[in-house]
Amino acid sequence: MRMNQLLASILIGTTAALASGVTLAADITGAGSTFAYPIYSKWAEMYKKTSGNGLNYQSIGSGAGIKQIKAKTVDFGASDMPLSQEELNEAGLMQFPTIMGGVVAVINLDGITPGQLKLTGPVIADIYLGKITKWNDAAIAALNAGVKLPAEDITVVHRADGSGTSFLFTNYLSQTNADFKTKIGAGTAVKWVVGVGGKGNDGVAANVQRIKGAIGYVEWAYAKKNKMTHTQLKNHDGQFLQPDDDAFKAAAANADWAKAPGFGVVLTDQPGKAAWPITGATYAILHKQQADGAKGKEVLKFFDYAFKNGAAAATDLDYVPMPEAVTKLVEGAWKANLKDASGKAIW
Amino acid sequence: MTRLAGVVISPVGLKLNKDMNAHTAIASDEQANAALLEEARSAALRNTMRTQRMQDFFFHKITFLFAATVLLVLVGIIISLAVGAAPAFREFGPAFIWTAEWDPVNDKFGALIAIYGTLATSVIALLLAFPISFGIALFLTEICPTPLRRPMGMAVELLAGVPSIIYGMWGLFVFAPMFGDHVQPFLKHTIGVLPWIGPLFQGPTMGLGILTAGIILAVMIIPFIASVMRDVFEIVPAVLKESAYGLGCTKWEVVRKIVLPYTRAGVVGGVMLGLGRALGETMAVTFVIGNANEISLSLFAAGNSISSTLANEFAEASSTLHVSSLFALGLILFAITFIVLSAAKLMLLGMSRKEGVK
Repeated sequence: MRMNQLLASILIGTTAALASGVTLAADITGAGSTFAYPIYSKWAEMYKKTSGNGLNYQSIGSGAGIKQIKAKTVDFGASDMPLSQEELNEAGLMQFPTIMGGVVAVINLDGITPGQLKLTGPVIADIYLGKITKWNDAAIAALNAGVKLPAEDITVVHRADGSGTSFLFTNYLSQTNADFKTKIGAGTAVKWVVGVGGKGNDGVAANVQRIKGAIGYVEWAYAKKNKMTHTQLKNHDGQFLQPDDDAFKAAAANADWAKAPGFGVVLTDQPGKAAWPITGATYAILHKQQADGAKGKEVLKFFDYAFKNGAAAATDLDYVPMPEAVTKLVEGAWKANLKDASGKAIW
Repeated sequence: MTRLAGVVISPVGLKLNKDMNAHTAIASDEQANAALLEEARSAALRNTMRTQRMQDFFFHKITFLFAATVLLVLVGIIISLAVGAAPAFREFGPAFIWTAEWDPVNDKFGALIAIYGTLATSVIALLLAFPISFGIALFLTEICPTPLRRPMGMAVELLAGVPSIIYGMWGLFVFAPMFGDHVQPFLKHTIGVLPWIGPLFQGPTMGLGILTAGIILAVMIIPFIASVMRDVFEIVPAVLKESAYGLGCTKWEVVRKIVLPYTRAGVVGGVMLGLGRALGETMAVTFVIGNANEISLSLFAAGNSISSTLANEFAEASSTLHVSSLFALGLILFAITFIVLSAAKLMLLGMSRKEGVK
């Protein structure tokens, strides 16, 4: 493990060193989640205009982001999967949610319009287990009375790389289908039993758009931007929903952020009539003990600015901003947990 | 410096001692003079030689240092791969190599799926690339009209310079859809119904998979194999070929009976070099292989090669065992390519030795 960290940190350290050569000293560095990359860069651009300080963010993936912050090569790491409290304690880290988004199922089926097909968690799980192989399967037909389903083979498309999107998707399927939980389970990378893999959201999108009869899963922003055929999903309360900002917000509203250790709330399969079943937050991860207190404060200033002024930009990019009640909790946690080298609170 | 000064001064001393036993004095003085001159000259020479020797010494050492860096890097890579892979081999033992399992959730790993994918795509690539490159090389050396020879040869070499990501993008967005819509259904209904090899060409026609990856790889390695083959075909002595033509051989007979036997080792070496490149190719394969961790009988099915698994999973691998298993995959790939490339080098070496004998 130490070897890997060393190698990875040398790699990132070099790129960071190269990057810092051309940027200002006050710039903060972050690495991790690709999901959060578009909004972080938008926020960084806005923040730079008001404060003059930039953000150098490398979207290298959540897992790599966690490794980088542990190796202290960046000022903050970003992950779509919350770390467990033990893991946070072990490395002396704290995490907080910064932005939310939803994952949708997308299909490529002639004659089906976006949002027309209705699916449920258990049915999607059976498709991903290879139990349902035809689009006119009785289980799908039963959900879609009146829709003419072709007798086409289903081609399953999944992520080939480890990803927070996969984590949310498999976490949801594991909750709704016991068989999926035992055979595949939840994680950023899992052992898929059928289908083809695409690298990144764009890889999955490209495969789904090309292969007739394909089903895949991507972030909502991605599906919307590429005008893909998304499906309705049945939520925890038994309602069929279209994915939209309100449905994602509803999923976040019912979560109990205050009680979850390290804000580690996974927003899948949340109760609530209007709650979209596959919603999740992405997290920023910092060291509790900041060697350079001023730098740590810069990071917090950036996120504080984003919480206060970044909501509109987030909605534009089809993300869901954190509710104010949650950002208050987060800033409270900053005050309580983050210290500089002399032990003084930073925020 | 002082010695040189002595030589300049001595004629003055010579004049002062004129009347005293002039002859002997002059003779001995001349002798001393010549000795001094000789000494000075050789001293100057020694000086130059010493500087040159110093220069040579440092030059040797510095160039040696540069060359040694390569060796050092190679050894370093092997060591870091081995250290990184150690936990995986400790956990799974040598069975890691032949276990078909890749389950990051339960931390169970085996390399067989990836090894199969790597070997299957490379073998397909070779089967396709060998006859085509053979044809290209033959055409360029034996048949091509002289004015066309250089431009066509250069075109083949330029093809080798196209970055692999371009092949990957072209493969994913242009080749795979066409292949899946037109070629695969055709193969499925023709070869797919045959008794023995039929199952290889069955299953859903997605355009992605082992076969597609093999074809893209073939396109990538053709210029390599073709240019090596062209080079070895060119060393066949003209007198041999012309004697054969003189006996009334056709072009094909000359190639079959003269060129091929003469260059066999070189041809095999060129093929091995192509194979070495195919084995390690990452981006183009990752784009089109389908990235599914399974072994299927059908060549239409999606699979995973060692390099595509590494490219996909390294950044996000979180558990120690997962990372270590990826290192182990890297080590295995390193070993496979090392064996193939050294075999190629040995064959080409044997080739040039044989050439020297003749």
